[in-house]
Amino acid sequence: MKPYVKFGLLTAVIIGTLAWLAVGGISDTKSYYKEVAELKKMGDDVYTKRLRVAGDVAEGSVERSGREVRFLLKQNDLTLPVVYDSMDPLPDTFKGGAQAVAHGKMGRDGVFHANKVDAKCASKYEAKPGQKYQTPGQTAPPASDTKASF
Amino acid sequence: MENLGALSLILAFCFSIYAIFGSVVGKWKQRPFLVKSAERAVLAQWALQTFASGLLVYALMTCDFRLSYVASHVNTAMPTLYKFTAWWGGQEGSLLLWSWILACYSALVVWQNRKKFRDMMPWVTATLMLTQAFFLLLITYPLSPFEVLAVGKEIRAVPDGNGLNPLLQYWSMAIHPPTLYLGYVGFIVPFAFAMGSLITKQPGDAWIHTTRRWTLVTWLFQSMGILLGAGWAYAVLGWGGYWGWDPVENASLLPWITATAFLHSVMMQEKKGMMKVWNMVLVSATFFLCIFGTFLTRSGVVSSVHAFAQSPIGPYFATFLSIHIAATTWLILDRLGYLKSEAHLESVLSRESSFLFNNLILLASCFSILWGTMFPVISEAVTGEKISVDAPFFNRVNIPIGLFLLLLTGVGPLIAWRRSSFESLKKAFLWPTVGGIVLTGVLFGLGIRHLYALMSFALCAFVLITVAMEFVKGARAIATKTGQHLLRAMVELTHRNTRRYGGYIVHVAIVMMFIGFTGAAFNKERTIEVGMGDKFSIGRYELKVASIEQGENSNYSWGHAVVEVYQGGKRIDTLTPEQRLYSAGQGQQSSVVDIRRRLHEDLYLNFAGMQDGKAIIQAYVFPLVGWIWLGFAALIFGTLVCLVPSKVRYEFAKTKVMGVASGVATPKAVTGD
Repeated sequence: MKPYVKFGLLTAVIIGTLAWLAVGGISDTKSYYKEVAELKKMGDDVYTKRLRVAGDVAEGSVERSGREVRFLLKQNDLTLPVVYDSMDPLPDTFKGGAQAVAHGKMGRDGVFHANKVDAKCASKYEAKPGQKYQTPGQTAPPASDTKASF
Repeated sequence: MENLGALSLILAFCFSIYAIFGSVVGKWKQRPFLVKSAERAVLAQWALQTFASGLLVYALMTCDFRLSYVASHVNTAMPTLYKFTAWWGGQEGSLLLWSWILACYSALVVWQNRKKFRDMMPWVTATLMLTQAFFLLLITYPLSPFEVLAVGKEIRAVPDGNGLNPLLQYWSMAIHPPTLYLGYVGFIVPFAFAMGSLITKQPGDAWIHTTRRWTLVTWLFQSMGILLGAGWAYAVLGWGGYWGWDPVENASLLPWITATAFLHSVMMQEKKGMMKVWNMVLVSATFFLCIFGTFLTRSGVVSSVHAFAQSPIGPYFATFLSIHIAATTWLILDRLGYLKSEAHLESVLSRESSFLFNNLILLASCFSILWGTMFPVISEAVTGEKISVDAPFFNRVNIPIGLFLLLLTGVGPLIAWRRSSFESLKKAFLWPTVGGIVLTGVLFGLGIRHLYALMSFALCAFVLITVAMEFVKGARAIATKTGQHLLRAMVELTHRNTRRYGGYIVHVAIVMMFIGFTGAAFNKERTIEVGMGDKFSIGRYELKVASIEQGENSNYSWGHAVVEVYQGGKRIDTLTPEQRLYSAGQGQQSSVVDIRRRLHEDLYLNFAGMQDGKAIIQAYVFPLVGWIWLGFAALIFGTLVCLVPSKVRYEFAKTKVMGVASGVATPKAVTGD
């Protein structure tokens, strides 16, 4: 057989194996990313799929009893109760007001059971565009005045 | 003062635009003076950017809180070093750093080649300045580091700033971004030379020879940047891991992978005149992946724990990248005639073949990581659902890839060019294979059953033995001739061919890291609530909580546990894991873990908080993880060896392409030596 043919066959075997591993890996670990508002639209699927729900941790909603942590994840006006029960502590960045993503499954009791919570690293690149740094107690200056003129 | 800074950047932008036009028009209209003035413009904009950077640093160090950027990233209580490193602590400042490093590299390239490559240089300059102008555009508007806090017509300063996130106030995090940028940005230089070579239809490999050192140094910085980040994650984040397959981590790894593939496949071009098109593609892909990585990190297009908020710069990057990819693709396709191979694959059992497999498998890894990282974006475009994949996906695909790479690392250097016979292979690989099998037997006998771990250790032994044999064989030859001591002969051997033996050292470094990675298969973990005086055990250690204390200072409040470590009844160590709550900004919690680092394993303790008067402690045993950092050191050493000029200059017998007949794309070949 010409060397290129042999090489091509070996390549096909390698790529085939990797593709098989990849597909298996995807279906085993895939999780759906939803915001709080989108959960309502999911219907019954919401109880079967592995989910990651994103929202903001409602200020003052964090309750700890033993290892269990309950909090509310909110987006605009909607709230989602979340319960987190795991030996692993919550990340350092988790607190009221933080942006968070809860990984887990939706329970039939209307509470989201999270096995992992990510909270946004209080950030390097913070403010949303147009928003400026604020000291506590100061309201954001009107957008049109925030650029210095020179 | 901030006006001066912003003005310098605008001027620098103008100079970079001039440099592009000066180079292109000067080359086109045969006006050397224009080309020269363009090169001077490169130096001028470097000076301006240095000035602007200096102003920003001055503002940071003096806590000038009138500037929005300073107020967001510095507070008065911060140590001075971190006030300086706040330069790259946020979006605008780090973009300025990126831009300034690019200016430094461009100025260096222009100055180094002021008397050389007169035909290629205008295009090299233009390519460099095109990217430079883009970044200067970003930091002039919309992401200026010199914006002031203003209300109405009044510039107001805040009494104190937010401070740098305390997670970043750590030595390896201080140097991780600049090191990574030195890598990211540096890959533009080989790309620029490749473009210059293509545009001017250079027949030879001048662009590769010139950029070999650049590529090596850049690759070294990129490697260091990635490993510093991993080291930081391990020591600071408290979960004991060094790699999470997070999108931002992956973004830094992708160009590293293609650059590694490139470093290997250029050897094929230099020695056999093969893979010319492929090398063009690889060097371009590396550059594009750098820009893509920068885009991925800053645009928020894929959510990541490295929280980069939604930013307006996404479309800018997308446009820049698309234009570049389109232009490069057109250029390569148009110049295909000048990139014809001089030799072909003759046998699957050959060094050419092993290089090809090396490239194939590295690119497969790169593609799988890119795919997994971008999966949420792709799935959303196709199905409307944002589906993401996690670490298990990446590990599942990349562990077999890593093992295959290990195999190639051992086989490649010893297999002959063109074709190898089975006999020669048997001779070369007898001892390494025996060594691998023996080790497997020993480990199996010791009770280790983890398949991937066994394979990994066996392959590590295989590679180490092949490298040792190479060194001994060569050193013996020298020692017999010169009567030197064997070790002295090894140094001499390396010096005579630093590329080859430096490369072997780098391979050993990679093997050391693989040993460290494999140890993770045997990690132990335990999370426990303990009170004062309580005892618990993990692995071969018994741990006793001697005391739990709390306190407070001007920067943060803290709580920690003093844990005594015993082994076999004897006290061997005391570890004090701590948790801190920083007062600045919105209050940031951080864990300061304590680690007992030894060659065979690390004992890692994390203080995770208090619960009903008891401390929650996470204890881990990480076998062999220290080998990763040792491998890191070896990698730096090996690459530096590669950079030392060889004592003996080697010339390889190969056909030298003398020129290309006009209108016809067949090179005239002359056999040279």
